[in-house]
Amino acid sequence: MPDPVVITENLTRCFGDFTAVDHVSFSVEAGEIVGYLGPNGSGKTTTIRMLLGLYEPTEGKATVLGFDAFRQSEEVRKRAGYMSQKFALYDDLTAWENLVFYGGIYGIRDRKRIEATLTLVGLTEHKTDLARGLSAGWRQRLALAIALVHQPKLLFLDEPTSGVDPSARRSFWDLIYTLAAEGVTILVTTHYMDEAEYCGRVGMMREGRLLALDTPAVLKKQAVPGDVWEVSAGPLQVALNAHATCVGVLRVGLAGDHLRMITERGLSEDELRLGLKSAGLRVERLERGEPTLEDVFLSLAKG
Amino acid sequence: MNSRLISILRKEFIQIARDKRTLVMILVIPIMQLFLLGYSATSDVRNVPLAVFDQCRCAESRSLLEAYRAADYFKLAYMVGSENEIRVLIEKGDARGGIIIPPDYNTALAEGKAEVAFILDGSDASTGTTALAAATLIGQSQTTQLMVQRLERSGMNASNFQPPLQVLTRVWYNPDLVSSHFMIPGVIGMILYAITSILTATSVVRERERGTIEQLIVTPIRPWELVVGKILPYAILAFINTLEVLAISHWWFGMPVRGDLSLILACSGLLVLSGLGIGLFASTIANTQQEAMLTVWMTLLPSIFLSGFFFPLEAMPKFLQWVSYIIPLRYYLVIIRALLIKGVGAGAIWGEILPLAVFGVAIMAAASVRFRKRLD
Repeated sequence: MPDPVVITENLTRCFGDFTAVDHVSFSVEAGEIVGYLGPNGSGKTTTIRMLLGLYEPTEGKATVLGFDAFRQSEEVRKRAGYMSQKFALYDDLTAWENLVFYGGIYGIRDRKRIEATLTLVGLTEHKTDLARGLSAGWRQRLALAIALVHQPKLLFLDEPTSGVDPSARRSFWDLIYTLAAEGVTILVTTHYMDEAEYCGRVGMMREGRLLALDTPAVLKKQAVPGDVWEVSAGPLQVALNAHATCVGVLRVGLAGDHLRMITERGLSEDELRLGLKSAGLRVERLERGEPTLEDVFLSLAKG
Repeated sequence: MNSRLISILRKEFIQIARDKRTLVMILVIPIMQLFLLGYSATSDVRNVPLAVFDQCRCAESRSLLEAYRAADYFKLAYMVGSENEIRVLIEKGDARGGIIIPPDYNTALAEGKAEVAFILDGSDASTGTTALAAATLIGQSQTTQLMVQRLERSGMNASNFQPPLQVLTRVWYNPDLVSSHFMIPGVIGMILYAITSILTATSVVRERERGTIEQLIVTPIRPWELVVGKILPYAILAFINTLEVLAISHWWFGMPVRGDLSLILACSGLLVLSGLGIGLFASTIANTQQEAMLTVWMTLLPSIFLSGFFFPLEAMPKFLQWVSYIIPLRYYLVIIRALLIKGVGAGAIWGEILPLAVFGVAIMAAASVRFRKRLD
């Protein structure tokens, strides 16, 4: 098996008294899609910036594509693609000019390759539009094209879908899968729980610490402390307090028009129904549910 | 050639060309400034309005007033009937001075002891000085003339009468003492310095504001390529500005261009280097375009006042003179005035060329060191 593409060991970065990234260790294998999930300010962007040598680590080290991320950042930068959350486009250049510019910076003068990148992200029709006139979804694709123009083997995507509508987000992820199928390793940050489900492995970040990093399935099995139930019951005020009043109920949360409850593992449906009734609740629906990454995140954040 | 450098140059030129408003400003503002300062910033005295209180109203007083009228300096704008009216006119600002001729002017003149009062509003010291000198000079020449007349009347042949001492003044290089010839080189220097420093600072900071600098940093572009690629287009624009301003100065304002043109352009290149360096340095301090503008402005004001643009450095307190040694415009103004007006060679202005070059290289180096491919 080849060496991991990204290895971090106790990677730490402080800004004054504030520790943005706190002893983070993980590795990413070639061809993986690894998602980095966490709220704003949890240290996702700082981690990626350290991997590209934009910030010097306060402590620990990172190796990317076999190079020291800080000392040999130029070697990393030649081989990796980066899409920042700002979508670094020149608004007064057309889509084509933006791509030709960044291509030229990577020494690509072959117009066919530029054209191919534009086709890959589906921007051919908007080739001559000024970047400032493109919708958020198209801007996102242009930013991806810029990150891809030199055909990197490793791609860092920092909140690539922020501010983009759901259908554009969906097709963006299709594109990510296409790239991964071609062998590109992808490290992507997001704060959308549903997007993290698309990733091969997911890292959960909170307040600079990496709480867990594994496949969504393993995370759900290991991190969620019990069974998940979808419950419709009333009155709502009483139901939301069920973890205090019913034996075996660990957590209650609202999920759209119903409630999600996490109970101790192995609690049967009848036991739960009885417990809820004796707490004065009228139970309309009670079904087993699947744990989500949100459940995982909340469980990890609590623990 | 270097593909990365070509790419960034081409991108800058597309951006400059597409930003029509800024481009027009870059090309037109220097012309406007040149015309504004070329005409307005003059200490030449012309047509100073005077109020005249002639109490004698005789042939002699008329001949004196005629002498004042004949010179371009003054305009006999008001004929008044009292001293108080002169005061009122000066207070209102309608007149800048006054002449009071006593009632017995003709008889006193015959006795050789006539006195005439010349009043001047001293609130504007710079034109006041010139006007006062002119008034005195006109009075003296009138006196000489009257003496010649008297000597002739007394039977002497005074046609070859000469005063015992004459100071023969020769004004070199600018014989008519046209003040625009003093101002225009200053305008050229200020335009070059301001345009290069402001445009460089804002164009680099704009990349930071938009976040494109972060994307650029993660590419294999080298810092020097980024720096040269960002500033070379503005250096070229500054070069066009130099030619533009020189041409207008020469053909419109009659500014002499006596020195070697290639030397003029080379020295202007050194000033441009300083301007670009200051702009680049400001861009490494500032986070927004406004901050960048303000930072550059902070260097611009001392440059204007401590460079000898308006006020001679020799008259300033020692402390300010020392400060002026770190102002590149100071050296450039000496150079450009010497080159344009005196037409000297490089040998005569070596002492200014050298510090200007040192400053340019030093500020460029300092800015480049700060301009790293990092975010923190």
